[in-house]
Amino acid sequence: MFKKLSGTPYMLWSIIFIIVPLFLVVFYAVSTKDGDLTFGNFKRFADPIFISVTVRSIYIALLATVVCLVLGYPLAYGITSVSPKYEKLLVILLVLPMWMNFLLRTYAWQSLLGRNGMISSLLKLVGLGRVELLFNEGTVLLGMVYNFLPFMVLPIYTVLKKIDTKIIEAAEDLGANKITVFMKIVLPLSVPGIISGITMTFMPAVSTFVIPALLGGGKYTLIGNLIEQQFLLVGNWNFGSALSVILMLIVLISAAILYRYDKQEERVNI
Amino acid sequence: MRLIKRFYILAIIAFLYAPILFLMFFSFNQGKYSGNWEGFSIHWYVKLFNDKQIMKALYYTVLVAVLSSAAATILGTMAAYVIFQMKLRTQKLVLNVNNIPLLNPDIVTGVALMALYASINLRLGLLTMLLSHITFSTPYVVLSVLPKLKQLSKDTVEAALDLGATPFQAFTKVILPEIMPGVIAGALIAFTLSIDDFVISFFTTGNGVTNLSITVYSMARRGISPEINALSTLMFTTVITMLLIVNKRIEVKDI
Amino acid sequence: MRRFFILVMTILITFTFIGCGNKKLTLNVYNWGDYIDEDIIEGFEKEYDIKVNYETYATNEDMYVKLKNGGTQYDIIFPSEYMIEKMVKDNILESIDKAKLKNYSNIGSDYLGGAYDTQNEYSIPYFWGTVGILYNKKLVSDPVDSWNILWNEKYKGQILMLDSQRDSLMVALKKLGYSMNSRDPKELEDAKQALLQQKPLVMAYVVDNGKDIMVSGEAAFMVTWSGDAVALMKENKDLEYAIPKEGSNLWFDAMAIPKGTKYPNEAHLFIDYMLRAEVAKANAEYVGYSTPNKAAFELLDAETKNSEVAYPNINELGKMEVFQDPGSFIEDYNRVWTEIKAK
Repeated sequence: MFKKLSGTPYMLWSIIFIIVPLFLVVFYAVSTKDGDLTFGNFKRFADPIFISVTVRSIYIALLATVVCLVLGYPLAYGITSVSPKYEKLLVILLVLPMWMNFLLRTYAWQSLLGRNGMISSLLKLVGLGRVELLFNEGTVLLGMVYNFLPFMVLPIYTVLKKIDTKIIEAAEDLGANKITVFMKIVLPLSVPGIISGITMTFMPAVSTFVIPALLGGGKYTLIGNLIEQQFLLVGNWNFGSALSVILMLIVLISAAILYRYDKQEERVNI
Repeated sequence: MRLIKRFYILAIIAFLYAPILFLMFFSFNQGKYSGNWEGFSIHWYVKLFNDKQIMKALYYTVLVAVLSSAAATILGTMAAYVIFQMKLRTQKLVLNVNNIPLLNPDIVTGVALMALYASINLRLGLLTMLLSHITFSTPYVVLSVLPKLKQLSKDTVEAALDLGATPFQAFTKVILPEIMPGVIAGALIAFTLSIDDFVISFFTTGNGVTNLSITVYSMARRGISPEINALSTLMFTTVITMLLIVNKRIEVKDI
Repeated sequence: MRRFFILVMTILITFTFIGCGNKKLTLNVYNWGDYIDEDIIEGFEKEYDIKVNYETYATNEDMYVKLKNGGTQYDIIFPSEYMIEKMVKDNILESIDKAKLKNYSNIGSDYLGGAYDTQNEYSIPYFWGTVGILYNKKLVSDPVDSWNILWNEKYKGQILMLDSQRDSLMVALKKLGYSMNSRDPKELEDAKQALLQQKPLVMAYVVDNGKDIMVSGEAAFMVTWSGDAVALMKENKDLEYAIPKEGSNLWFDAMAIPKGTKYPNEAHLFIDYMLRAEVAKANAEYVGYSTPNKAAFELLDAETKNSEVAYPNINELGKMEVFQDPGSFIEDYNRVWTEIKAK
């Protein structure tokens, strides 16, 4: 009796607040303003302009993920190899920024990168002349890397931390040099961390609308901005829902791809 | 090699902290415009406490975070207990549903919930924001409690039942103390997520109810007042102080 | 376990408080961001013992969508003229009983009876102004008298456009010599092409965040409203404001009461309070926009009263137009703007 009662609330909750809303979105996506069924919203999406927004969103999210990985892996690796005292401090330092409102941290870049901002002045001092730093693709990329880097570093760090040092010692005893140890042992063993790092970076990056809104100067539109625009500005919930469905598909497909990699790795490990 | 490593780590840390230090620095600025230092002053801190809009937003942020994390913790812990006892197949199905809000982009969760509230004519406001926060944070509680349940030895529960405890007593007296670390971790995650949420709140609130993130966002469109810098400086230093105290009292094993 | 129960009890108690705590009457006021002196609201709350719930929006469209779909009820809103026209057509505005407004006569006759609401049956003027180009003398050597300067390659990356579909399309339509209320698909297409051609030159599409950028001298031009121009010119002496010779937008924002309000009487009280000479004066000083309230205007300082930017003679403004509701043609405006932004 207790068992049944304790479970029902959340099951009901999931149905009302998770499943039903998703069905509503799908329903909006395949209907007109008056509620007639249609594929018009998806046909409208087939316009080259919207396709290019989608491609752009995927492209910049991938780019951000790659940059995070390239910057983040060495960092995670570096953290595992400092003395334990500093190690703890570094992990805390990595988590701490998340406690400051992320919109505010992102917004601060606007002032840092402004034409008369600190970084511009610095570049001018070095003699690089005036550089346009704000409101372009690079700024949006920077915003993404800045926000999602800890999401890449932490899972990789956790996995690296768990690697049994005895394996590495054994390999070294058997004559493997540092590079071989890294390529043959450390890297393969850290793949699960990399995969979850990629997931945690790519997913928010592909769907963000805040970062381009704050750092893209309204010129750089991603699929998230389109959705926000349709829901809040234009009031076309049907087209907005169609865009949401497409965004869900992108996320689902990328999750499926990553999941497969994960599974393969597991099999190899066993 | 060592030097390069140190330099690299420091450079990244500097990158992560540059905007934060920038904000904190300019919260003490006399003038209104960030990037233009006009002398030291704490008058933004004074103004902050007299700013009705920011104080209201702070109030709602904390209120929603406390209520939603409490509700999510209770809901999620009970759900985890039931999921744990399910047959493998149903368990998988339920967990998949549970994972939807984790995997789904925030913006989709936001518009979907907004569509739900509109379809049942629920006025957007505190209630809708609260319901949304419970919805997106409960799955994290489930996921943080479940592993602790799996570590639980079945024998203890059975022993308790054999000794005449009701299932409810078995849960509260035997299981709950065992899984407490997971419950607390879940509650903390829920609380943090709620405090920091912007996207879902943005779509699911209305009628004058806003949280800090929404206030910051609407301010970002018309120039952020240094009061907000002051507020974040205060919140940030509070967190650091709390961490230092916690760190002093118990050695943090892992984060 | 006891602690657990205390937790549950606290939650329950808090809920009950939320449920029945607020017995005081609450007016929901929905206004543009930074568009009212909040001390004035406080004054109203004290005087009438009514609580005001103040919320803000960034564009007319935001407000309209939220009002129509958002499941929200507001008691006072501040739409612009074309939005009033649309809302009247949609029958979602409550008619205003002028007999209840003792201070109605404070409003100057120049500002009453606009085409959007000829009898002011649904709207009471709040602020008015023009749209023009705010520019930085130090960064601009050419004379600023035409919209064409915003298409000048020389100023690449120094132009701030408005992130607002009708205003930006207005600029392009006017530049091309069309009416900003055009319903001709070809003209709209031309405007779209013009804006797409301009996009590489644009530094950013801004709403109010452009203000910081102009004050710090980081951009040469910003398309903006006269009231903001006045405020910014005070902050930075290098800034000037010009209305292009092709004509521009003359606009009015007004107070209105949405249908379905539970407190029509209190809403009238609020409007009447806002119309008081001293209140309107304080508000105009805080917001910096031009007040249509003659009695309040008389109380302003001489510098403001004589300002050509803030208070031009409304009858000598030349080729100005007032926005009209494009009806269902708005779909085309929406589409065009979405495409410009997405490109």
